[in-house]
Amino acid sequence: MTAAVSTSQDVVVRTRGTRRRTAAAALGTVPFFAFVTLFLLVPTAVVVAEAFLTDAGAPTLDNLRALGSGDIVRALVNSVVLSGVTAGLGAVFGALIAYAVSTASPDGPLRRVVSAGCGVLAQFGGVMLAFAWIATLGLSGLVPTFLRDHLGADVDTSWLYGLSGFVLVYLYFQIPLMVIVFLPSIDGLRPQWREAAESLGGSTWQYWRHVAGPLLAPAFASSALLLFANALSAYATAAALNAQSTFLLPLQIGNAIGSEVVLGRQNVAKALALEMVVLVAVVMVAYAWLQRRAERWLG
Amino acid sequence: MRTGSLRGAAVCGLACVVVGLAACAPPAKEATGEAKKSSTATSATAFGGIDALVAAAKKEGTLNVIALPPDWANYGEVISAFSAKYGVKVVSAQPDADSATEVSTAKNLKGQSTAPDVFDLGKAVAVANTDLYAPYKVQNFDAIPAELKDPAGKWVNDYGGYISIGYDAKKVPAPKTFADLLKPEYKGKVALNGNPTKAGAAFAGVVAASLGNGGSADDVAPGVDYFVKLKKAGNLVPVDPTPATIQSGQTAVVIDWDYNNAGQTKALAGKIDWKSVIPQGAVNGEYYVQAINKDAPHPAAARLWEEFLYSDAGQNLWLKGGARPVRSEEMAKAGSIDKAAYAALPKVSGFPVFLTEAHGMKITDYLNENWQKEMG
Repeated sequence: MTAAVSTSQDVVVRTRGTRRRTAAAALGTVPFFAFVTLFLLVPTAVVVAEAFLTDAGAPTLDNLRALGSGDIVRALVNSVVLSGVTAGLGAVFGALIAYAVSTASPDGPLRRVVSAGCGVLAQFGGVMLAFAWIATLGLSGLVPTFLRDHLGADVDTSWLYGLSGFVLVYLYFQIPLMVIVFLPSIDGLRPQWREAAESLGGSTWQYWRHVAGPLLAPAFASSALLLFANALSAYATAAALNAQSTFLLPLQIGNAIGSEVVLGRQNVAKALALEMVVLVAVVMVAYAWLQRRAERWLG
Repeated sequence: MRTGSLRGAAVCGLACVVVGLAACAPPAKEATGEAKKSSTATSATAFGGIDALVAAAKKEGTLNVIALPPDWANYGEVISAFSAKYGVKVVSAQPDADSATEVSTAKNLKGQSTAPDVFDLGKAVAVANTDLYAPYKVQNFDAIPAELKDPAGKWVNDYGGYISIGYDAKKVPAPKTFADLLKPEYKGKVALNGNPTKAGAAFAGVVAASLGNGGSADDVAPGVDYFVKLKKAGNLVPVDPTPATIQSGQTAVVIDWDYNNAGQTKALAGKIDWKSVIPQGAVNGEYYVQAINKDAPHPAAARLWEEFLYSDAGQNLWLKGGARPVRSEEMAKAGSIDKAAYAALPKVSGFPVFLTEAHGMKITDYLNENWQKEMG
């Protein structure tokens, strides 16, 4: 981004001879924009447009009306709760871990192990993660079986397949993701700032309240937003963990698209996707508003 | 080479990649006289006999199939046997896709050389999309029972099965009925293959459970009640059963088509003693449907594939995978059936129920209304 900006400024200053070079540089961005258009803009446009069409292609509002059914409203609420809770918890714990790691020596083993581990775990969602949990804590998992066989304790772990279980499982990829995205911001805090605060008589609390906190707040909020979107769109983990229920929006979409039993709901799936797009948009607008307010308080 | 032209070449290269991505695959060749003849042929006679059909298919050289898992009804062997016999390369796309995806892929790739040539569809999807099929009657068309095919040959039932209870004989006692699964020995062990509002096998599982609990083809409510009881007893595991969940003991009992359970027996041989039984008094059967894509990029190969599937050899290969081929009764009478494989099919005790389209719709509506509500 910075490179592109400086080139365009150069053009203003330089003479005509360099124009060919800028044209070539602009040509170089074509693949990027073509990619974004093809794989982001076009699919989004298709989803939005077809949410308002019947299977036969006639305009309709029925797909949107279907969003009001009790089942889908429940799925929406569950999805928001699950994404919100795991984003909140993930952001807090991830930030704490990131801070702990940042105080370690930059080339030390702790930092290397934690960042490598987080890199792997953040991508560990999906069927593997679900299976790991099912094999450990599922109704016939390792832990309940051990407790039953050796201690005679009959524990019911059916909560693993419900909302609280999903929160636990999702945190396994949410916290590492937070560590990865938040660590660079914490690294950006210069020790000199703390020294400056201390030499002016500031306490640790004052340093965090008036210096580090405000500096990190925007990065923290945007990381939490990323976590929210990440949890909202997770499908494979949920589908593998509970095949019998469609209590989250992505599972509802999966059912509407791929059902062999209830046909002709493809465009309801698109309406559901539109609902998710709107949901993320609302969260982003709220985030932008919050950030502006925050700047005013801080200013 | 000067740097300027190097950069130009790089940009051109990238642009080509982008255009390539957009197009994804070259369009199928324009229908010449011969290809056109192939895509409208309704029997081998139209080609001038089976040998001419084989020659036309060989010339096309490729067959695109979709949603055929190698361990499903022995499709792995069916594909390799077809390839070996006729020298036609089989390209198998998205082996784990569902029926709805087969149809949407055919629509999305229409006119491209990668579009699927043939379909193997669940009944509901098959009936809803008949305008996508090319009518074709295989040489053995008359041998197929009338209620299991479209009179014009647009679609034909291919193989079917009954809902069965698969179980790990080392971990749980052998069940005989659905009621058995409510016992404490099966706590936390019973899985249904999918969600009945989505997957055909799970749908049939609930219908079968209904038949075993006083329901009928018209009334699936006892089936839903049964699964609610199973869940309340803590016996139902809501996960999607896979060979991994079976092997690790998470789903020691799986309600699924008998040929799928037979596939698990084969896949897990030596590791798990996987057996299956058709529950007493709860016999729900269904056939899958075979059809040719009317826009098939390899119309002759598609037709030859159908001829192969409905030949004695093709039917016996399905049978070897534990599926009941549509010609099995007639072949058993004629003595051309693979007797060992036929005898190895799980025994049926009770009157088999096949759903009509009207029953299917009624049950679908009920499940749609109640399954999610009850299973939360």
